[in-house]
Amino acid sequence: MAVLSEEQSMLRDAAKSWVQEKSPVTAFRKMRDSGAELGYDVAAWNEMAEMGWAGVIIPEEYGGSNFGYLSLGLILEELGRTLTASPLLSSGLAAASALILGGSDAQKSEWLPKIAEGTVVGALAIDEGPHHNPEKVATVFKDGKITGKKTFVLEGMAAGIIIVSGKGPDGLGLYLVKGDDKGVKRHKLSLADSRGAANIDFNGAAAEPLSGGAALIDKVLDRARAGVAAEMLGSAVQAFETTLDYLKVRVQFGQVIGSFQALQHRAAKMFTDLELSRSAVEAALAAIDADSPDVPELVSLAKAKMGDTFHLVSNEMVQMHGGIGMTDAHDAGFYLKRARAAEAAFGNQAFHRDRYAKIQGY
Amino acid sequence: MADFGGTDLEAFRTEAREWIAANFPAALKGRGNMMMREERAEPDADQEAWRKAMGDKGWGVPTWPAAYGGGGLEPAQARVVQQELNKAGAYNPIGGMGVMMFGPTLLEYGTEAQKQEHIPPIVRGEIAWCQGFSEPGAGSDLASLQTKAEDKGDHFIINGQKIWTSGAQWADWCFCLVRTDTSKKHEGISFVLFTMHQPGVEVRPIPLIAGSSPFCETFFTDARAEKKDLVGPLNGGWTIAKRLLQHERSGLTGAGGGLGGGGKPLEQLAKDYVGVDAQGRIADSDLRTRLVANAINWRAFQQTAIRAMMESKGNAGPSSATSIMKNAGTQLIQERQEMTLEIMGHQGLGWEGEDFTKDELEAVRGWLFGKAFTIFGGSQEVQSNIVSKRILGLPDLTQNH
Repeated sequence: MAVLSEEQSMLRDAAKSWVQEKSPVTAFRKMRDSGAELGYDVAAWNEMAEMGWAGVIIPEEYGGSNFGYLSLGLILEELGRTLTASPLLSSGLAAASALILGGSDAQKSEWLPKIAEGTVVGALAIDEGPHHNPEKVATVFKDGKITGKKTFVLEGMAAGIIIVSGKGPDGLGLYLVKGDDKGVKRHKLSLADSRGAANIDFNGAAAEPLSGGAALIDKVLDRARAGVAAEMLGSAVQAFETTLDYLKVRVQFGQVIGSFQALQHRAAKMFTDLELSRSAVEAALAAIDADSPDVPELVSLAKAKMGDTFHLVSNEMVQMHGGIGMTDAHDAGFYLKRARAAEAAFGNQAFHRDRYAKIQGY
Repeated sequence: MADFGGTDLEAFRTEAREWIAANFPAALKGRGNMMMREERAEPDADQEAWRKAMGDKGWGVPTWPAAYGGGGLEPAQARVVQQELNKAGAYNPIGGMGVMMFGPTLLEYGTEAQKQEHIPPIVRGEIAWCQGFSEPGAGSDLASLQTKAEDKGDHFIINGQKIWTSGAQWADWCFCLVRTDTSKKHEGISFVLFTMHQPGVEVRPIPLIAGSSPFCETFFTDARAEKKDLVGPLNGGWTIAKRLLQHERSGLTGAGGGLGGGGKPLEQLAKDYVGVDAQGRIADSDLRTRLVANAINWRAFQQTAIRAMMESKGNAGPSSATSIMKNAGTQLIQERQEMTLEIMGHQGLGWEGEDFTKDELEAVRGWLFGKAFTIFGGSQEVQSNIVSKRILGLPDLTQNH
């Protein structure tokens, strides 16, 4: 665990106790069973926003607390433990980052306070095909209007503003589009992890450019990737702890199955990978806070490593629980499904291993 | 080796081809067997006719003895039948647990009367069987099962609970492991048969992580099994159970790949979804490396299946090599299922809806259901124990339990 400031410790403890009390996995199950249109519980999101979580990275002058990305990562990690679905990542991290880094004073003044108080949800629309590929953009910005198709937009149904990548007169860049523009047509996706996502068609929707061009896309994506990785860390840690508990109570052959060395070694391997992953995730978040030049490589490292670890742990969770882990009544399947979706979000392991190699020059 | 041809076999091939042409309804061409579906529709007239034709001919179980309605064919002839069915786009309509596990076991351990009663309906596909083995407290440690059968003279009264009884909601009969002696573990288990159509049997399907499933919880409250339906000696069921599990495992991972692995080749799927570079290679080199590693292992697995089949020819049943096959095969299948989703990317995350193709949605459900392959039919861990202890001769620390 990173060395935390007093404020960060308090934030993490507050997040931990809220999540355990108000948003256990049973809350996620309830949300899924209800077929919630937005893919999250709106009342729970309002509570999070009231606690200031949506404004953790937003400067104080725009209604935030300016605590930084490591602090936000601590909250995302706690939310990840119980698979709490919320727009915090899309809105309070990704869309907020785009505005903080590339917004004009007017854009910041108009949107950041609303994002910070949770009254507006922001979303990031980058991909146009089945795979994360931020350089492959057919969406076009011309004369104040944007046209194109975006896929797999997280919280796309809830979004009041959408930050869209597109090709303008000066090359690739990000554009701000209002969700209620009549040129915006969204289609809800029903995904295995039950989270809110949409395919969105932009058909001459009014769009305002953010400044920063293609470099801004990278910066915003790296922040989103680090945020997903933090959430994945929490999910993986919880999946591991739940499994570890089971190894200590399930009896077969007259002894708890955790007494079998074959399983002990697999548990030790998971623990090892979780420790490595935590270091990678925290280093990426800290680098963002320090505005360090090695953010891209540290983020790709974290997303690749964390993806492998969550993949391993969620699969072992099912396997080590055996038959009961295969049932819908058990939580293991939720972690397995979430791992798959989180791996694919903003670049899977293969994408980030390749990117890491490119950054390192091999 | 007769397998590789000869005039007799060619004559038989002609006979098989003509019989299939005369009996297989053209409307069914290319359609899969309904046996594997989670939700079964009522068979239509063509499907019924095909089942009856194959059932009367005995070719659904081509190597089973003709005395009980089976095809009575040599293995080489059976392969010819399969090849000709494939060529005609025809499926084998005779299947299920009766064919895969229970029938071969009963042929080996049943009395003449039991075989005469139970084998012909399996051959004709008239009776569906389910397997009452696992219990909530007896998974990998199957022999710790608690479902109790009380001796009532000419019958047993059965009380207890089974879990993972695949197809119990459609089954007519159950082959079941019950405890007939509580003072011993393995030596207190008997193997009994009874009808599922009786008041003391209650079946509840279990929703799985992949959605609805063929698996059930099955409860027995004073259910009745006739004494004549005890297979093998009283308290001698464990030996029979172990044999049956060998048949189950070989059925799950035989050369035909009972667990699937069909569909579009992964490399083609990857080209379609990921694209290719200037040399025609899959654009994602990381994925390409893992695909080829799996493909090489998959090929070696198939070669091993064929080798095991050739080597065991003349033996009565599956060899101990089947334990290796299950772990090797299931791991490869799970890898392929994972890579299928990775190839499909965001499209490989769909749960339902028209934004995803049928293949994409099936890939997701298949990936989830596939996680059970290393759990049921002898978990990955139990299989590894069998290999390390029975085959490699390493000490067994669980043998006292």
